[in-house]
Amino acid sequence: MKARLAALAAVMTVTVLSTSAMAADFVVDTKNVHASINFRIKHLGFSWLTGRFDKFSGNFSFDDKNPDASKVKIEIDTTSVNTNMAERDKHVRGGDLLDVDMFPTAVFESTSVKSSGPDKATIVGNLTLHGVTKEITIEAERVGGGADPWGGYREGFTGTTKFALADFGIVRDLGPSAKDVELTLNIEGVRPK
Amino acid sequence: MIVRDTLEGYGIVSRLFHWLMAVAIVAMFALGLWMVRLDYYSPYYNSAPEFHRSFGMLLLFALLVRWLWRAANPKPQIDDLTPLEQKASYAVHWGFYILLLAIMVSGYLITTLDGRPVDVFGWFSVPSILQMRGLEDRAGDVHRILAYAVIGLAVIHTVAALKHHFVDKSTILKRMWSGPSPPSIIPKKEMHR
Repeated sequence: MKARLAALAAVMTVTVLSTSAMAADFVVDTKNVHASINFRIKHLGFSWLTGRFDKFSGNFSFDDKNPDASKVKIEIDTTSVNTNMAERDKHVRGGDLLDVDMFPTAVFESTSVKSSGPDKATIVGNLTLHGVTKEITIEAERVGGGADPWGGYREGFTGTTKFALADFGIVRDLGPSAKDVELTLNIEGVRPK
Repeated sequence: MIVRDTLEGYGIVSRLFHWLMAVAIVAMFALGLWMVRLDYYSPYYNSAPEFHRSFGMLLLFALLVRWLWRAANPKPQIDDLTPLEQKASYAVHWGFYILLLAIMVSGYLITTLDGRPVDVFGWFSVPSILQMRGLEDRAGDVHRILAYAVIGLAVIHTVAALKHHFVDKSTILKRMWSGPSPPSIIPKKEMHR
């Protein structure tokens, strides 16, 4: 009896410990759209052309006591690119840019997360875009987190990165000032109850 | 100069419609093929599509007027064709009208599906009627594939016209070039083959 109690207590302890140590899993809130993936690229070097991907999904794990254990994975539907002009979007989806018929999905999956300050981290991971997988670095910031007013729990981040289109095999020449594209990800995750 | 069509041949209006649109359609096809391959820094990158769009809208208007004109005029008899050739000729002509209408409407849609009007040489603009983002890709496919189809049809039409002219010694090509002749000088021709 004593032994069984001890075993039960041990199991309970382990369970409690592992629950607190396990990073919570969050689903990116695309349902109520508190997340966005935006990009910008210079137009002729004269201005910023901005656009976004309307459809994506993702999840991440995050524990504010152990942020370096965080993981994030985002899948982007490249056909949903939107620069607020039908003709241009058609061109961007086409063969000489995103080629979405061949590569309808882009994926980012983190490989390491390192805190770089309070609520700041450097996320390294693999981006697969246009059929090419390459390591990119996202400078991320935790915007906030906590209980929401409706009984749920949320964490929100913003992250920026920059890479050359040519690194992902997108070689269409848009001019010397438009070789790099900047990506800003605004990610709010909800922890399922 | 005979303006309206008669049972013997085509008046000047129909002949102008025929030859001017023939040249315009081939030119627009070539322009379309060329302009989508232009470099971003080509001086024609913006002006070529602008001309293509503007001229296309005028062609759409011309096509509708041509239809009305044809409906309001007697149809010249093509009694030196075999029944099969008559059917084929009927199919080719309606094929032209339907393909051209579909090409022009799909082209208009590529530009206007995001709600923007299409500008016609800065003279006036045609408003967007249908807004459906994402459909521009399909409109583009239709526009491209049917453009090839109409050129294919034009080749068939040309080969047929040359065959009737050189092989059958028919007046079919001549009457599209020089209009109806007075009945007295219609050359005697073989009516049945």
